[in-house]
Amino acid sequence: MKIFNYFGNYFSNRETFQEIIVIPVFATLLAIFLGLLLLIVSGSSNEIALKALIALFYGSFGSISSISETLTAATPLIFAALGIAVGFKAGLFNIGAEGQIILGGMAAVIIGFSFQLPFFIHLILILLVGALFGALYAFISGWLKATTGAHEVITTIMLNLIAYRLLDFFLRIPSIQKEGRNDPISKSILDTAELPRILYFLDPNLRVHMGFLIAIFAVLIVYWLIFYTTIGYEFRAVGKNLEASRYSGISPSMTIILAMSIAGLLAGLAGASQIAGVLGRATPGFSAGIGFDAIAVALLGRAHPIGVLFAGILFGALIAGGRQMQVSADVSLDLITVIQALIIIFIAAPVLIRKLFPWIFR
Amino acid sequence: MYFKKFLKISSGAFAGVLLMTINSANAFTACQVTDVGGVDDKSFNQTAWKGVQDAVAKHGIDSKLLESKSETDYEPHLNSMVNAGCDVIIAVGFLMGEATKNAAEANKDSKFTIIDFAYDPTVPNILGQVFATDQAAFLAGYVSAGVSKTGIVGTFGGINIPPVTGFMDGFAWGVKHYNKVKGKNVQVLGWDPDAKEGLFTNNFDSTDDGKAFAQNLYDEGADIVMPVAGPVGLGSASLADELGSDKLKIIGVDGDWTQTDPARKSVYLTSVLKKMDVTVLSVIESVKSGSYSGGVTVGTLENGGVGIAPYHDLSSEVSSELASEVEALRKGIISGSIVMNK
Repeated sequence: MKIFNYFGNYFSNRETFQEIIVIPVFATLLAIFLGLLLLIVSGSSNEIALKALIALFYGSFGSISSISETLTAATPLIFAALGIAVGFKAGLFNIGAEGQIILGGMAAVIIGFSFQLPFFIHLILILLVGALFGALYAFISGWLKATTGAHEVITTIMLNLIAYRLLDFFLRIPSIQKEGRNDPISKSILDTAELPRILYFLDPNLRVHMGFLIAIFAVLIVYWLIFYTTIGYEFRAVGKNLEASRYSGISPSMTIILAMSIAGLLAGLAGASQIAGVLGRATPGFSAGIGFDAIAVALLGRAHPIGVLFAGILFGALIAGGRQMQVSADVSLDLITVIQALIIIFIAAPVLIRKLFPWIFR
Repeated sequence: MYFKKFLKISSGAFAGVLLMTINSANAFTACQVTDVGGVDDKSFNQTAWKGVQDAVAKHGIDSKLLESKSETDYEPHLNSMVNAGCDVIIAVGFLMGEATKNAAEANKDSKFTIIDFAYDPTVPNILGQVFATDQAAFLAGYVSAGVSKTGIVGTFGGINIPPVTGFMDGFAWGVKHYNKVKGKNVQVLGWDPDAKEGLFTNNFDSTDDGKAFAQNLYDEGADIVMPVAGPVGLGSASLADELGSDKLKIIGVDGDWTQTDPARKSVYLTSVLKKMDVTVLSVIESVKSGSYSGGVTVGTLENGGVGIAPYHDLSSEVSSELASEVEALRKGIISGSIVMNK
């Protein structure tokens, strides 16, 4: 029965400290431990495993440049996972962040190289348009669900596939494609549209950019939206019990469309901040699976905005640390994928964590 | 028990390992950043990595490897290698061109080499390695035209970029040359060297695409296919393996695929070799001996940087007459008496 209690509480705002902090932390530690055990079982020496562990920490938080890389990788994950978390609150499982990132990023690129505008205005515009296109793309799924009942899991997956092909198509349009290239690659955005690097004064190679600060701001906004506004209340009500909320005068259709659009808006921002802060141009693989990793981040963050912030930073740390792990210990990056997957398994089975570490829950 | 032992050994080794991890490059270290597709792609990345491993075996140097999972990895991966204190950093692939240039300009003391990219103007701390693969593919095209029973051969690429289309150009020109010499009309599907348009999977990792594209070409009558997309081509080979090599033959690219994929060696007519392993090894040696300088090196038939593999299992399909014609063509291209694009 415990598990039913657990799911009953899942979408409420009464998450205890245990649920949003302790379980994720122990899930992560356990996953890293099992990952290293896997290394040893598969024939690596203890020394390699220890080296890998040290590299994982050193590469993620061991120096200014490691922290910068961690936060750079975390930024788009936080944006997109926030969107997915909003969907969770309203009972929607949005698999479409990847497609929404692509649309948002694509729109951002076009704005980025097409207009000559002053620095600050151009930057605001690129982010707003990116967010808008992400929202419009997610709106399609929300609208289909609200009007026809089409399940959002199916429609968002299908829209992802359409987004991939749309991107291929757009990158071949001569006015978008980079001059002198036959392969699908867009022109580069202008300097005025770039998100400035926030640690530029320390070292120009530190990549962490203003998008991270905007992501923290977005966390606060979403927190306020979900827990302190009528709209947020409606999201949570519809997420808990659609029929009951209809009975009490909430329009589920409008709520679903709105929640989906906000989810897309945040994913679109993820795409725009990748373009404006890191990449500067679009290529067929620029979304890099962020939209899928973000689902894991939203789950690890227990669909709570603050949880998502920390989960995003943790996943960023795994990406940056994994890189160091391959460089220093010669351990394949694939181990990081294994660790991420293990984290998700433990998060999905919190009872397991409670059984394994009973003393921390007393 | 095991865990206790692990802890015991670990705590003792801790301090030493910590230092080793952070401050790892004492010996000469060659570092490679691969493109997406992975280091075990039996083709592009693997051939370049073999050059590093050869250097390790020959000179006892250290090596480091980072595999790119997506294009967003290029820049941070290259930076990680700079921070790891590598003596030479090998960037594998045209798509890394921009990121490598940025990294080289930000770290003028580090030495880089990149495969498939030539900078104009050149960068003093990057050595671009480019390959005249069209010369070798020309020979493969000629052989294919001679061996094909249906009179139709096909090719497809990964992405429409010069290092890929170079193969396809040469292949199509080789077939054209055969038609001219023999008065035949063998067709090439999948690439038009004049319009620069053709079939592309738009990725370098989906073996499913490799199978599907080969199937399409086969359905259109092609009995020899040259996939120019790294590991994607392994999907084409699996189709050929199912159909049998009398129905569909494959031409490998980059390395000799009968060696990298011995389980299906009966389907490979030949491979268009792009000997990145040789050039990577020689770049590492030049850095080690201090003779490294930035610029461009071009691998050709003449200097052995490109070539075609032996016909191996399918040598019975290639008549001795055809084989000697190919050998004559090779000499003709080197001497300049054969102009490919005519």
